Amino acid sequence: MTKRKSDCSAAYSPGSGALTVAVESSVKPLFGRAIEAAARAAAAEFGVTAGELSIDDDGALDFVVGARVEAALRAAGFGRAAGSPSVGAASTRDEKDSQDRTLGRRRRSRLYLPGDQPDLLPNAGLFEADCLILDLEDSVAPSRKAEARILARRVLEAHRDFFGTSETVVRINPLAGPFGQADLAELAGCLPDAILLPKCESAGDIEALAAELGRIETAAGMKNGITLIMAIVETARGVIAAPAIAAASGRVAALCFGAEDFCRDIGARRTAAGSEALMARQNVVMAARSAGVQAHDSVYSDVDDAAGLAAYCAASRALGFDGVGLVHPRQIAAAHAAFDPNPAELDEARRIIGALDAALAQGQGVVSLDGRMIDAPVAARARRLVQGADDVPDAKKGN
Amino acid sequence: MDWTTNAIGRRVPVSVDGRPLKAFSGAYADSAPAGTTVKRTAGGPSRVAPGRGRPDKLVKNWDDLLDRMDVKSGMTISFHHHLRDGDAVVNEVVARLAARGLRDLTIAPTALFPVHDRLVPFIESGVIARVEGSMNGAVGLACSRGLMKGAAVLRSHGGRQRAIQDGELRIDAAFIAAPSADPLGNANGVLGKSACGPLAYPVPDSLSADRVAVITDGLVPYPCAPRSIAGGNVDWVLEVESIGDPSKIVSGTTRLTKSPTQLLIAELTARFIEATGIMRDGFSFQAGAGGISLAATVFLAQRMRARGVKASFAHGGATGILVGLLEEGLLGSIVDLQSFDLEAVRSCRDNPRHIESTPFDSYGPRAAGSAANMLDVAILGATEIDLDFNVNVNTHSDGLLLHGIGGHTDAAASALCSIITAPSFRKRIPIVRDRVTTVSCPGEVVDVVVTERGIAINPKRYDLAERARKAGLPLVGLGDLMRQVHAITGVPDEPKFGDRVVALVEWRDGTVLDVVRELAPAR
Repeated sequence: MTKRKSDCSAAYSPGSGALTVAVESSVKPLFGRAIEAAARAAAAEFGVTAGELSIDDDGALDFVVGARVEAALRAAGFGRAAGSPSVGAASTRDEKDSQDRTLGRRRRSRLYLPGDQPDLLPNAGLFEADCLILDLEDSVAPSRKAEARILARRVLEAHRDFFGTSETVVRINPLAGPFGQADLAELAGCLPDAILLPKCESAGDIEALAAELGRIETAAGMKNGITLIMAIVETARGVIAAPAIAAASGRVAALCFGAEDFCRDIGARRTAAGSEALMARQNVVMAARSAGVQAHDSVYSDVDDAAGLAAYCAASRALGFDGVGLVHPRQIAAAHAAFDPNPAELDEARRIIGALDAALAQGQGVVSLDGRMIDAPVAARARRLVQGADDVPDAKKGN
Repeated sequence: MDWTTNAIGRRVPVSVDGRPLKAFSGAYADSAPAGTTVKRTAGGPSRVAPGRGRPDKLVKNWDDLLDRMDVKSGMTISFHHHLRDGDAVVNEVVARLAARGLRDLTIAPTALFPVHDRLVPFIESGVIARVEGSMNGAVGLACSRGLMKGAAVLRSHGGRQRAIQDGELRIDAAFIAAPSADPLGNANGVLGKSACGPLAYPVPDSLSADRVAVITDGLVPYPCAPRSIAGGNVDWVLEVESIGDPSKIVSGTTRLTKSPTQLLIAELTARFIEATGIMRDGFSFQAGAGGISLAATVFLAQRMRARGVKASFAHGGATGILVGLLEEGLLGSIVDLQSFDLEAVRSCRDNPRHIESTPFDSYGPRAAGSAANMLDVAILGATEIDLDFNVNVNTHSDGLLLHGIGGHTDAAASALCSIITAPSFRKRIPIVRDRVTTVSCPGEVVDVVVTERGIAINPKRYDLAERARKAGLPLVGLGDLMRQVHAITGVPDEPKFGDRVVALVEWRDGTVLDVVRELAPAR
């Protein structure tokens, strides 16, 4: 493995003598003792008291050292010692439950973090994306799936605070594939706010995940149904089944579209205008709305094209989406600007609500404003706009 | 060794290598109102006019030059760093002097780069006994390990110029690499195949060194114009094939950083400058070429554009980004000590509003005001910051001496507002410390620290704090910030030092701010 900044590699070789820990590190004079202590703590969780651990480090935090040592020990065949819980299990979970696990919270931006890249984690919450996604799927090579899911578990256990006010989401691998069940099992003690399930093609995919989450929540003594599901449809079958997927469980908070996989699936060529996926995107919005859940558009992956991103977000919003997927924190401001109502829109909405309320007080269901007819559906849309804007705390609006 | 405690509570020796030292007694202890006359200082050597006709300064080759310069063991030789990592002259001169059997040289470069790591064998063999000026990379490492015979002196660009002017840094021989020069010794850095922009840093050396040589790979007939180095101060001119590798002279890293944390800090810095009212028509700023500084410049320019605000000038190192702002009309001028890329070199050569400066004009502690004094805000970096706002730019937290001071302290002490930008931790090393490993800049002159976890404002600057609070900026105390960071990184162990002082950190006025100690031998 190539060592990354703020990461380390760990190797274990069995032996009969007492456990030794050899540390090579760019921060050894300052943290050599801490690295060894973290490695020994992880070894103790697996009852490992003999052999040699070698750590090659470039500034990994303790939870990362723990994750890499654990991965090495599990690969060597060790299992968790009885009565030896993982370090931070269940310490920070409950207090966040009530405030964050809300079906209808704003999701203008969902930012993907490659699941095997620990350097991105400590500051992830500072960027104030609405949803932060620890990705165990496409951004993680098959050979690194185990390391990534252990890292995800350890960060959720020890550092929920890294995610700040963002909704904490993990994208697991499809449950039917070789990795999905293990991903979910790993997260059993530290469920995130929501699971993002890729490659959804039927209501059954959601039902299977919901049932599994129900079992985990019951076993953990958590309120049943509290863990939400965000479903990605990214195939022709998925788009066609979107209405059933969106309605498959009360846990579903949002239906997300995945353009890259979708275009590959239908044999389309991606264009700047995006007409090849237009109908699918509209289908996703309709399916989501008909089930009363949010609709999320695909990822915009050209980090350097600010103008393209703004245009993309504007078009998404015009189609009815509630938010978009992002790959870099610098994209967040553009997404929020596009999906937040602008002052002129808000002003008009408030006037519409005021006009209809006044009319209703006089027993009329319809009123004219600036030559436009205002009735209940128009006012309802205005109310939703105003309510959404009020949900954003002032501190997060910034300037 | 006798020790005393200076005004910021650091233990400093009263003398080193037999030279008496003055302890730091406050950042502005030797300041005075405009018009105050002080003692006349040494004006450098008086040269003798050659009589009728053209002086014979052109030497045949390196040996001819070194024969005539008559450099002896124990002398102080100086260099500039305008050729950056492309420089070929420092290594050439030292190798040739070593081959002539010289020893115990003091080298006084304005800065060193990775290309100068090749000096290390000459440190080990005793050819180089000490360094006065700036140390970076492997040379700094060698100093940390105690390989140099004498204690180094670390000075800022302004501090170096002052030390020369005050006669504290006596240069026996100055070697001035010049991209363009004539046979009389007039030289500039904007023309020629090795063009590097200004030729500013060697100006004090040319004024005061006993022997001055210009080494050029761009010999032109008299008169070389423009001229940064005056031929009347030059003794010899050597024409060589190449003074350096042009591709490394201008490193050209003007791409905007992709680091989310750096971008966040830069954005917060720009927001601070706008929201506190510093960004108003006619304001001025200095920002270096580091990732955060460049991005802050870009974000500040966006805010200037949006508000229709124009800056009067930008100071310090010039980059393509600044040149773009100059040409767009957002900047009135660039006052430039050093060009970082080809765009800046071109602009310095062609644009009359792109003004070449000197260390005296930019930072001179013995000048009655400098460009730095005209700055509204300076955006600077740090390797560590402590709870007293002291800043370390020289050593890393593990005690290794790896960086020079540059213009950092000159700008921080002189600008109306000094802003330190830094992540609150790098990898797992906290940047906010209880006590910095080495004080390069006293907290007295540091106003604001911008990190990704909020803005800390020196309590002395309640005016800025009040404006920042009213603007809703995220303020944080350095103590709280340090505790937040420790919760993420853990508390680092202290590096282990030996007793020996390997370097002094001088304040701009020549007093001793702090010392760097030898690292304890590896276990």
